[in-house]
Order: sequence, then structure tokens, then C-alpha cells
Amino acid sequence: MGVKLLLEKAHVEGIRSYEVYRREGGYRAVEKALKTMSPDAVTEEVKKSGLRGRGGAGFPSGMKWSFLAKPEGVPRHLVCNADESEPGTFKDRYLMEFLPHLLIEGLIVSSFALGSNATYIYIRGEYAWIPDILEQAIAEAKANGWLGKNILGSGFDCEIYVQRGAGAYICGEETALIESLEGKRGNPRIKPPFPAVKGVWDRPTVVNNVETLAAVVPIINMGGEEYAKIGVGRSTGTKLISACGNINKPGVYEIDMTISVEEFIYSDEYCGGIKNGKRLKACIPGGSSVPILPANLLLKTAKGETRYMNYESLSDGGFATGSMMGSGGFIVLDEDQCVVKNTYTLARFYRHESCGQCSPCREGTGWMEKILKNIDMGKGKMSDIDLLWDIQRKIEGNTICPLGDAAAWPVAAAIRHFRDEFEWHVKNPQECLTRNYGLAHYADPLVIPA
Amino acid sequence: MSEEKKLFKVTIDNITVDVEPGTTILNAARMIGGEVTPPAMCYYSKLKNSGGKCRTCLVEVAAGSTADPRPMPKLVASCRTTVMDGMIVKNITSERVLDARAGVVEFLLLNHPLDCPICDQAGECHLQDLSYEHGKEGTRYEFKRRTFKKHDLGEYIQLHMTRCILCYRCVFTADQLTNKRVHGVLDRGDHAEIATYIEKSLDNDFIGNVIDVCPVGALTDKTFRFKNRVWFTKPVDAHRDCSKCCGEVQLWMRGDEVFRVTARKDEWGEVKDSTKGGPGWICNECRFEKKDAKDWTIDGPTQVNRHSVISQGHYVNVVKPKETLPDVMGGRGPKLLMNIHTVSEVNRPEIELSKIQGPAHSDDFKNSLDNGK
Repeated sequence: MGVKLLLEKAHVEGIRSYEVYRREGGYRAVEKALKTMSPDAVTEEVKKSGLRGRGGAGFPSGMKWSFLAKPEGVPRHLVCNADESEPGTFKDRYLMEFLPHLLIEGLIVSSFALGSNATYIYIRGEYAWIPDILEQAIAEAKANGWLGKNILGSGFDCEIYVQRGAGAYICGEETALIESLEGKRGNPRIKPPFPAVKGVWDRPTVVNNVETLAAVVPIINMGGEEYAKIGVGRSTGTKLISACGNINKPGVYEIDMTISVEEFIYSDEYCGGIKNGKRLKACIPGGSSVPILPANLLLKTAKGETRYMNYESLSDGGFATGSMMGSGGFIVLDEDQCVVKNTYTLARFYRHESCGQCSPCREGTGWMEKILKNIDMGKGKMSDIDLLWDIQRKIEGNTICPLGDAAAWPVAAAIRHFRDEFEWHVKNPQECLTRNYGLAHYADPLVIPA
Repeated sequence: MSEEKKLFKVTIDNITVDVEPGTTILNAARMIGGEVTPPAMCYYSKLKNSGGKCRTCLVEVAAGSTADPRPMPKLVASCRTTVMDGMIVKNITSERVLDARAGVVEFLLLNHPLDCPICDQAGECHLQDLSYEHGKEGTRYEFKRRTFKKHDLGEYIQLHMTRCILCYRCVFTADQLTNKRVHGVLDRGDHAEIATYIEKSLDNDFIGNVIDVCPVGALTDKTFRFKNRVWFTKPVDAHRDCSKCCGEVQLWMRGDEVFRVTARKDEWGEVKDSTKGGPGWICNECRFEKKDAKDWTIDGPTQVNRHSVISQGHYVNVVKPKETLPDVMGGRGPKLLMNIHTVSEVNRPEIELSKIQGPAHSDDFKNSLDNGK
């Protein structure tokens, strides 16, 4: 049994309401922080905890907080990024829907640490029912004195506002989120200046993921050093993984980052194995934009070591033979899935969601989608595969925001690991419409090529 | 003397230049000029917040500064990256940059119709220049290109989105020169388009400047469309007293006829600063209404030192050789090789041409002469 910090109380009846949440020990972190700690001490605890951003990039949160510029007389803001739109990721939705007070509590503590008197939750438009849950929770917290003026007599004022987005993946990028929050078109800003210096309304701003902010609560409750003892190496604490695809038990799981990928997929505590007794073909371990891994490289690294569910182990081998922890959207593909079609679907998503601001991403994502569609429909040419490789290479790293990279990586990884499947599609234009390529040499029980 | 400002040393393609702190890499490169300057499609020095979007000006930073000489991992947009003291930048000396730039040109041309033969911008189009200089001869794109219908944005301006590269310059122009912007970017990704919300017309005194800032033929002057090719017209500097703007313009003339009026532009294709200070944006009246040479005081021919075809028809800056012909020919003057009047049968003044039936032929001369004898 792994340690549970965030979802510990998730199954308590009525935990969504304030009374039950408070009875179960909620808002202790706010009491502890506001009554006994200084804002800098809270930041210090987060630094000690080694908490890394749960939104995808994995940047140390304490360090991000310490970058926040604090000029005299300029208000600062904390923005909670609830624009969770990465295909395969739904951990924040779960957290907000079932434990809204955990997020609110984390927000109050974090706002106190950062000196944010007006804190925003930017939530994606598709989560149409969740803003009501959050606003209900905010109202309850306010009625009980956890929000508003002079909270717990500490002299700290804080209000939390929920802002709905209109449904755009790009608004999950922090500067695009800020633009959208300001009421503008959600185009990413050109950095520098970074939000820590000029964010919402040109004021210093910290943008953090829902799970990151929720994780502040256990950090304050148990202390940063205790929190850092959970997990392994620089992957401290617990991480929510939203598992989906061809598995027996899809859902959101909290892991302490010490379990192996194999255990996560096959143990009954987590995914419960591949559905219908099929075999594992591939997996996208961290949300749609991270590189896909074939089964042999997923369960073991290229060096033959066991791969674990944590930041370091998943990215072992770089992009050549590894992947990324990302946002924790764990998508499992069984032997019946077609990697070409999967890649085409992802390319279609990124084409649709590109903001169109910078040329490589605007034009390149559309081009890749069209080529992948041709290959998928059996109209591709052998040269298209190399062309795809060249296009993704010219998008990656040359764009304003990481969406370009996110669009390039899945295509690159699919070609890198499943080139024979692409070639099979080109060589068998009729057959590829009726059946899938199958498992080939990268299936799970096979030995890894040296 | 006030206290001396500390200048930053920046090396671009092995050429070192001293610039003021806060200068962007692109502007530092423009000080050096020539091939070292990265091309820029969306950056416009007179428009705040422009740049960073087209990615043609990507450069490699080989060393961040003297204090922190680590290279930057990614290529950076030179128009939005400020220099640091001791920064070493690689533009045309970097394979990575040239490769990425060729990629960007390919992306920009992907959905561009390449209808230069019927495009009014041809000859002064930045995309045309860019693709000649950095593009490849063919395209690898095999799909249908994105097309849009043409839109009239009011009386004077036509929008042809098909040619647009979404540089956002016209959006910034409307934001910064007019009191209310009525056009912008709708939609996103490769289906994004410049548009007014529900077909409004653009009617502001300064909105005509969007034509000048447009790097391609997406926004064109309806009073000039299809009237002439720009390289047949000759630009002259002229001015008039205008109550709205600086009144300093460039007239594009053919003979005595004024075909179009634009703001004066510098070598980077950007609007020059006016003599009264500030960028020389011009008003719609000067641009669209004053199409008569009488309206203007002509200052003289414009010096075009852009490498575009417009400079081809110009005789400004032509260097007159110092040596005379006798100097070159060792003292001899020019000499006729033969006197054609004495040789040709056709050029005989004694023959009455009107007497000859049909087209004249040397036989006619022979015959008439013979008959005459």
C-alpha cells in the first residue's frame, strides 16, 4: 500500500462539504501557517519538500515561488492553473470535483506565502460543472472565516475567484492563461519577461497546477522534510496518475513514486492489468505530448534496469529510449491499437489547438496532420516518413511556447520506435485499412535488443 | 558632458559592435547591416510589442554574456532578445540557424498562394525577398492550400487573407495609431484569420498605415490595385501641409501621374521617422485622396537602397566615371567605323519614299535608281 496524502480522505462520505472536510482535519494547514509561520517560512517548507510542478514540466515549486519579484506597493497574484486539457490527463478534475476544499486550503496557504490578496482559479470551459462546486466551497470557506479580510486575525486578506476559460488547450500555457484571464485572446506571451516579474496585469504572478497547490497542504501539515522522505531521489511526495486506455481499472491513482511501471500496470491495486487479457504494446506515460514508449522500453530502461514511476526513471535514456513523467496522464495501448492512428489523432488535436501565433507551429502542425492522415488511410509514401521527421525537427524548439514541442514529440517518438509500423502502412495500403500491424518485436515479454 | 553610458559589446558573426543596454540582437545586427542582419517578417521597430512570432529572425547565442558565457540551448528570436555585455551571436555562421530559417520559410510559404505575378505587393514584398534569399526551390507540400475570400475593409483597403502570414503588425498598428481597433485575429491555428467582427469597415484616419506595415500582399491599397507594377513607378519624396499627419510621403509616379502614395520607408521596409519627430505615419487623406502631382511639393527622388527590384529602374546614386573617353582610349577620340549614309542603299535622300508602292526594299532603291538613269 502506497502512501496517500491527497486522496487519503477522498472516499469519506460528504467530503465535498465543509463540515465533513473540517471534521476530517481540514484547514489545519491554514491554521498552522497563518498562526505560527511567516510567509517566507512557508516558502522554505515548500522548498525543503522538493515538490515539483505537477502540471507537466516538473519545475521545483519552491524555487518558482522564490523567483517571484516583490516590489514595494505592487500587488502580487497567485493563479491556479485548472485548465487541464492534455489528452489522457484528468487528475485535477478528480481533485476539484471530489476534494474542492483541499484545493481551496492549498490556495489559501500558498496565497499567504506569496502575498497574493486576489487569487484566481482559471478553469477550462469544458469542466462546466466544476466551477459551481469550487464556488460553493469558496463560499463555505468564506462563511467560516478562512477567506476574506484579516483571516484568523493574522492581518492577511485573501479572496479567491473562479474564472472560466472558453476551452482552449493553449490556455494551459501559463502566459496564454494570463492573457486569457485578462480577457484577451489566449496567445502565449513572448518570454522574457517571465510571469514572476510581469504576469497578470503586469504584476508579479505565480501560476501553479491544481495538484501542486493541493500538495502544499500535506507539506505544511507534516513539514517539508517529512514530505521529502516520501518518494525517491528528486521525485518527492506523491503524484496523481490518471490511468486510461486498455486497462482493467482506469482511474486516478495516487502513487508515492517508488513503484515500478510494471507494478503500476499489472497490480490489482492500480491498473489491474491489460483489459481482456491482451498484451501490452505501448504506453504514453505522461499525457499526450510526451514520447510514446514501446512495451520493452517502458518496463525496462535501455540499460536493462527496472523503470519506476518517477521523474528520473521515466526520463532515463532521454528521448532516444525514455519519456517523461509529464502531467501523469498514463495512456496504455494494447496489441490491437494502431500507433499510426494514435499519432494521427494526437496530431489532429495539436493542429486544432495551436494558437496560430508563430509560424512553425501554425503551419507545421497542420502539415503533419495531413501527412499522418494519408499514411493512416493507406495513401502515404515512404518519403512521407522522413518528411514527418524533418517537419517535427523544425518545429521543436523553434516556437514561442512549448505547444510546438508538445506537438513534435509524439510524432518523433512514434517514428523513432514504430517506424516499421509506418512503413507497413505505406507498403500495404489496402491491408492497413482492415487490420492492425500488431505487436511486432517490441512486445512486452521479449528481450530488449542490446 | 553628462556621465558616459556604459555600452554593451556584442559580437554577431564575428563582428563586434557597441550598443546601448536594452538593444535587441536584431537592432544590433541592423547597426552592422548587410548579410549579418537576420530577416524579420513580423517585427516592426515602430510598433510596440511586435515581433517574436514569425521566427525568421532566429539566431544562435553561443555565449550569453561575459559574466555567464553559457550558450543558450534553444535558438532565440533576435527581435525580442536583448543583448548582454559580451554576448556572442551566430547568425549566418551557424548551420543550425540556416537550417531552422529554411524551415520557417518553408512553413510560411506552405499556405501562401505564391501568386506573385498577379499580386500588387510583388517587387516590394518581404516574403518574396525572404524566399529568394533563404528558401528552397521546391516545396514538399502536396496538399490543398488554405484559401479565403477577399474582403473589402471599407472604401480603401482590401484584405486577401490567403496571402497573410499572420504577423499581427496590422493589429498592433490599429491598436497603437487609432483610438479603437475594429479588426483582429479570429480563430486559431492554421485557420486563424485577420478579420473584422461581422464585416465592419475600417474607417479611421490612420488605418491606411496597415497597408504599409503588411509585409505581404494581404492588405492592399484599393486605389492602386492593378493600376501598375511597383517597379515601373518611380518613388519620389514629397510633402504637403497636412493638419492630421506629418505630410511627408513617398509618391510612386509614372510620368506626371501619381499612382500611389505611401509613407517614407527605410532600408528595412519600415516607416521612417518624420523630420518633425516620431514615426512618419500618414493619414488616409494624404494616402488615398491626393493623387495629383499638384497637391504635393516634390523634394526629389527617393533613395532606394533595398535590394528589391524597385531599385532597378533608378538612376539615383549612379556613379559617373571620372575618366573621359579619350583617357580610356589612349588619347583617341571616338571614331565611326563606317559611314552608313554612304554605304546603305536605303538611306539615299534623292529617292522619294512616298513613291514606292508597298514596303520599301533595297531592290526598290536599286530599281528606282536604275529607272532614273
